This record gives sequence, structure tokens and C-alpha cells, in this order.
Amino acid sequence: MDMSQYLGVFIDEAREHLQNLNDKLMELEDRAEDSELMNSIFRSAHTLKGSSGQMGFGNMMELTHKMENVFDALRHRQIQVSSAIIDTVFETLDLLEAMIDRIEQGEDDSVDVSETAAKLQRIAGGSDGGGKKSSKPAVSRREQDQAGASLSHLEKTAARVRLTDYEQAVIGQALEQKLNVFDVSVTLRQDCMMKAVRALMVSNALEELGTIIKSIPSTQEIEQEAFDRQIIFVIATEKGASDVRSSVLHVSELEDVEVQAAASELDERKKGDKETAREKQAGSFSKGGERGDQVQKPKKPKRRVAAAKTIRVSLDRLDRLMNLFEEMIIDRSRLERIASSSDDFALKEAVDAMSRISGQLQETVLNLRMETVEQVFNRFPRMVRQLSKELGKKVNLVISGAETELDRTVLDEIGDPLMHMIRNSMDHGIEQPDVRRKLGKNPTGTLNMRAYHSGNHVFIEIEDDGAGINREKVLAKAVDKGIVSAEGAGGLSDKEVYHLLFASGFSTADKISDISGRGVGLDVVESKINALSGTVTVDSSPGQGTKFTIKLPLTLSIITAMLIQSGDEVYAIPITSIEETALRRQVQVRSVHRQNVITYRDKVVPLVDLRDFLKIPGKTSEPVHSEDAGSGSIVIARHGNQCFGIEAEQLIGYQDIVIKPLGNYLKRVKGFSGATILGDGRVVLILDCQSMIKV
Amino acid sequence: MENSGTETLKVVLFQLNHETFGVPVDQVLSIERVPEMTRVPNTAEYVSGVMNLRGSVIPVIDVSLRLRMGRIKETKDTRIIVVDVGDFQVGLMVGSANEVIDIDPQSIEETPDIVGGAEARYIRGVAKKADNLLILLNLKRVLNEEEVAEIKKIKV
Repeated sequence: MDMSQYLGVFIDEAREHLQNLNDKLMELEDRAEDSELMNSIFRSAHTLKGSSGQMGFGNMMELTHKMENVFDALRHRQIQVSSAIIDTVFETLDLLEAMIDRIEQGEDDSVDVSETAAKLQRIAGGSDGGGKKSSKPAVSRREQDQAGASLSHLEKTAARVRLTDYEQAVIGQALEQKLNVFDVSVTLRQDCMMKAVRALMVSNALEELGTIIKSIPSTQEIEQEAFDRQIIFVIATEKGASDVRSSVLHVSELEDVEVQAAASELDERKKGDKETAREKQAGSFSKGGERGDQVQKPKKPKRRVAAAKTIRVSLDRLDRLMNLFEEMIIDRSRLERIASSSDDFALKEAVDAMSRISGQLQETVLNLRMETVEQVFNRFPRMVRQLSKELGKKVNLVISGAETELDRTVLDEIGDPLMHMIRNSMDHGIEQPDVRRKLGKNPTGTLNMRAYHSGNHVFIEIEDDGAGINREKVLAKAVDKGIVSAEGAGGLSDKEVYHLLFASGFSTADKISDISGRGVGLDVVESKINALSGTVTVDSSPGQGTKFTIKLPLTLSIITAMLIQSGDEVYAIPITSIEETALRRQVQVRSVHRQNVITYRDKVVPLVDLRDFLKIPGKTSEPVHSEDAGSGSIVIARHGNQCFGIEAEQLIGYQDIVIKPLGNYLKRVKGFSGATILGDGRVVLILDCQSMIKV
Repeated sequence: MENSGTETLKVVLFQLNHETFGVPVDQVLSIERVPEMTRVPNTAEYVSGVMNLRGSVIPVIDVSLRLRMGRIKETKDTRIIVVDVGDFQVGLMVGSANEVIDIDPQSIEETPDIVGGAEARYIRGVAKKADNLLILLNLKRVLNEEEVAEIKKIKV
């Protein structure tokens, strides 16, 4: 059977399991006694092993198998959780992730694993005694396969399913948790065209209800269509027999579905079968105690399957949808223009309605491209753990708002800057445990990472409870490095001083450490975030901690902008860059060193005349100094911490615009971040405030 | 030349200052009348601006100015040939664009010495068409910005 159609699902699932392993391992380090946790880890590893095997990725299966052995040994208390073991397992997870990456790119799973595999083997084997117990699941799997094979004449031996010790133990456990265990026998119709597909659909349906403990024939045989018409599943579920039956009946081309409680007959068989084996298994499971915790266990797979009820659409298609929609936005503003200058009431009404609907459509289309920040945040717990080890600090990372959504393109870019900032906070912010103790703080520092949504922006905050930023130290350094002049230094506000951290070539670390402090980190952060039309701000109080706030636009392709005009030319300024607008006559313009300046919020900021700046042809504007130069307008724009005024003859107003790239041919043109097309078909350039300030 | 095969080369012909030029038809996307254009500040003089081509923003260059033949005089015949040169799409403003002809690649001659000067860099070859000569442009060069800097240096 062609596996390629399952590849996407396999990759998604494998990633999910790897992530689960990553998360749970972190917890395991603190809560080594938690058997539910251990079981969840084991299950993930086991599933991963099974599915990689089914997909034919032998190398991956081999490695997962070795890892599973380690978990099994841990689970059975044959070895103790130690930092070294966790490290090795993390290493394994990295390798597995590398394999998945390769597989996703259409390659195979050949990654050199020998070193890690040997380490795993040593760990699992070292304390194991016989090595027999640790390979238990593998053995039972083999038994299961044998059982499947010997039962290929299902019709005759329909009288039931032979279960391995392991499976019996699982059933026993499920029963103790007051779950129902059913023996579901499904018969496909004689004329069923796609036996394997139907069987897999049944199996999916059952998986949504609970956990499939066993299927005869095995999943592998089902996929190879190596079975006749009957399939028997043993499942553990919270639901009743009728629910199970009705959900299976949704699958078409079935002749018969029979659901029987498997419990009683199993009990009997267990008695007669292998008393000793059962005891052994039960013993090993109960050692962990706290079985109450496990009641929730079967819910997990159920929820996962439900969440996966989506279809996969390539980004290309979404982009195309987006492009078409952008076209429509342009036509919409054209229609709006026509309607506003018309007396036709019906037309106005229709256009109004269309505007409203397309507004909703815009939201929907944009949402399609949204994904939660969770996938970016996910990688940080491990990084923080690693870093705290290297730095000898204790840091507790608290993540909130991981469900906040951001445009896919932004997400792809945001990981690196966040990493730099976390590193920075851990290296420079949070103090060593003994220092913290002396200060009367909790020796374990806290790093808060929050994401939330506000208006048209998403905010991400990284806040530590460390030493805060030392104003004097930063200033001294900045003067030393020639970033600010000694005279200018005094007049800077705290915020401005903190922002110096983002200046290139700046580093306050007393000694250069491996983690951060090479002075490359934070200025890269700012330029990256600016490239995403976002901003970064810093807030700090000495002794209390530091907070970085990143503000990002929800989406990159449709923005609200102010249209301004000078002469015959119209330009757009993204609303995100605008602080305020004012009439020219309300503002007093002075000239300092031949540069016009205005006072804005008690600060002197430069004023750029659009006409001069862009050499707009036509009559020159009135002399700037004359008091009666009243018709013009001023836009106060902000880039980072710097404000400046842009003087234009007229403000046309705010409008939703679609950003179009200027293309490769004009890529070196400075001063514009793109262009847009207005409702009347005119092309308007979008001013890039970042480049204006550098002029 | 590159096209030394036996099949013919289809070329879009256009006029500039009474001379006939050609660009291979497979690089041409469309021929447009001159639309309203938006000036792009801070760019080379020969960039006439950007235009809206059915929802895309396309830069337009004045080929005449680019080839140092003076700014083009817009008439009712003035056209924009939109070409795609792999990396980007660009509109070429030309005097008029009238026909597509087949030429025999064998008839393309290397640039004759007499053409000389910096302009020769932009010319891929000269072909005969009936009694007239037709200049085949090397679009990659015409559209390469770095090339300009180089030539300017030579001239200084």
C-alpha cells in the first residue's frame, strides 16, 4: 500500500509526540515519582516507534526502540532518573527531530545515531540485569504479530483473540479504571472496494472513543490488505456499547458490527491463562501507586484525534486566496469611491453591505494564515533548562498566552529574536542563586513569557525578576563605545537609555560569555522585528527586573495607512509608524543647524518636508518659517524611540491598503517598504520610516 | 550565438529614434498602452516610475534614456513592453511596438565594430530584416543596475 498519503499525518504526529516527550521530560526531572507522567512518556515513545516502523523508517524505529527501553527501565524503577539520562534522551529527541526534518524534505531517515544509540543502550542495559525486561514491549509486539499471523483464518477462529501478557495487563488496568473494554468485531461487505481504507476508518473511529488495545489483523496487515473481511478490535473506552456501535456504523461498506463486552471472558481467560504473568505485570504497574491519576489517560488520544480533524492546505493556495482577496480590496475601495460620489441610494446601500461582508471576509482570510505562538514558545522550556545549567542559575520559565495567534510569516521569523532576548534576560538579568538569596529574593528566578492580543497587534513580553538594567552602567558603556556623546547622555530618559541596549556594537556584560554579550544579539533583534513592522521596548526597574515588549502587527499584507499628499504625489505611511497628526499652523517650527525642528511632547524632533525629501516636482512649498504657512499638515512618525515630523501639504485620510512588493528590480531603492494600489488604480508608494530617520 | 539551432527566433519589434530593436518573444508578457505612472524618488533617472499592471506593481524604464539616446518623447504610439527576465518583471517604454517577426538565428551577427561605445554592451547582435537592420537587445544587461555603475566609471 502506498504510504505517501500517510506521510503528512505521520510527520505531524511524530512532531506532536516529540513535543510531548520534550515537555514531559522537563517535568519528569522534577517529578520523577509521577507514574502517570512516566506512562505518558512511554506511550509517546511507543507510538512513535510503532508508526515509524509502519512507515518503513527503520533507523528511526531502532533509535526510538532504544529510547523506549530506557523509559521502560525507568518506569520499572530499574534505573533512577538522572540529569545525565535526561540529557541523553534530549539528544535522542534532537536526532529524531532531525530525521523528521529530513523525511519532511522528501529524504530518508538516515542520520548518524550510533553514539547516542550506544549511550541509550548503556543506560538501559547498565542497571537492567538481564536486559530482558527492558525490551519487554518489543517482545510483546512480536508476540502480537505472531498472534495476528496465526489467526489469519479469522472466520473459523473468530471465537476470539489471543492476548499477550502485556495486552492483558493493559486491559486489566483499563478495567480497574472503570473503563469499558469491548471486543468489536467488524465485517466488511463482500463487495467492499477499499478494504484497507474502510478498516482504517473503523480504526480511526474507534480511536476517537478510546484506546485500541489490539486489532486482529494487525494494523500492518490491514494496510497491506492482508485480511479477509473480518477485523476484531479490542478497545478500552468510557463510552457504552451502543455509542461504539453507532460511531463505527458511520463507516460505509460494512456488513456487520458486533460489540461485546470483553471483560468477563477476559477475566476467565486470564485466570486460566498465565496467572503468574498477570501478577508480575500488575505488580509492576501498581508500584507507582496513584492509579487515580490515570483515569484521564484514555482521554488524551481522543482529544488529539479530534484536534487533528482538519485538512491540510498548502501555503501556496492560501497565498493565492490572499492575493485574490487583495485584488478585491482594491476594487472595493474603487466601488466605495464611486458610491460616495453617486446619488443612487440603492448603490450606496449595496456597496455598504459589500464593504461589511468583505471586512468579515478579510478577517476570515487572514485567520487562515494564523497559527498559535505555541509552536515557537515550545522550544524555549528546554533552552531555558539548558542555559540555566550552563550559567549555574535557577530559572523558572512561565509561559502564558501560548494560544495567541500570529500570521504564519511572522511566526517563522520571530523565533530567533525571542531566543536572543531570553538569553539576554537569563545571562544579564537573573542573578546567581546566592546573590539572589542575599538580596532576599527567591533563589530561583522567574522568567515570564506572555503573548496577548490587543487591537491590531500582538504583544509578546519577556519579563525577568532579575537585577534590572543599570542606567549608569549602560550610559557609561554607550559613551565609551561612542554610541552617545557624553554631553548628550545626561538628557536621555530611562527608556531611551534602556533602548541603547539595541544599538549595534553594544554589550554590557563584564565578561563575554558564551550565551550572550557578544554585542550582536540585541541589535539583530531590533532589526528583525522592525523588518516585521514591529517594535521593541524595554522597561526596567533596578533590583526588580526587566521587561521587553515586542509589538507585532497581526498581519503583514493588509495594513491601515495614512495617505498624505504633497504636490501631485501621494504617499502612504503605515499607521503603526504614526504617533500623531497635527495641522501645520498649530506647530511652531524652528531651525537648528539648518534643520527644521518642532517641539513634540517637550522634545525637539526633526521635521522633514516631504517635498524636499522626495524632491517632488512642482512649485516649492512656502517658506517654512513664515507664520502663515498654515495649510499644511504634519505627521509625527516614530521609529523605535525616535520621533520625527513629516510635513505634507495635505492629509487625505486613513485607508486599508494592500502591500505590494516593489519587486527585485527596484529592491535597492531606499525609503520605501513597498507600494499599494488605490481604488482608482493609482500606484502609491509606502514610506519606510526606518530609512527616513537615518537620512 | 546562443541560438544556433535551426528553428527560427520570434522577436517583438519596436522603434526607438527611427531605429528598430527586437526582444525575443518568449521574454515578453504583454504590450500595454502607457498608463498613469507613479514616480519613484531616489532611483535612477531612466526609471520612469511604477505602473499598475492588473494588480501588480511593475517598474517602467525608459529604454531610450537607458541606451543614452535621450528621454523618450511620448506620442500616441508609445507603448510599454512588459518583459520577464526571470528575477523580475519590468516594463520597457518604447516608441512604438508593431510586429512580431521570425528571424533566422543564423542571420544574427555579432555586434559590428562600428557600433562601439558603452551602448554596445546592451546589444546582443544585429539581424537583417528585409533591407533594414534590426538590433537585438541583451535584456539582462539593459536591466542590470550594476552594469550602469561600471559604464559610468569607464566614461569618467
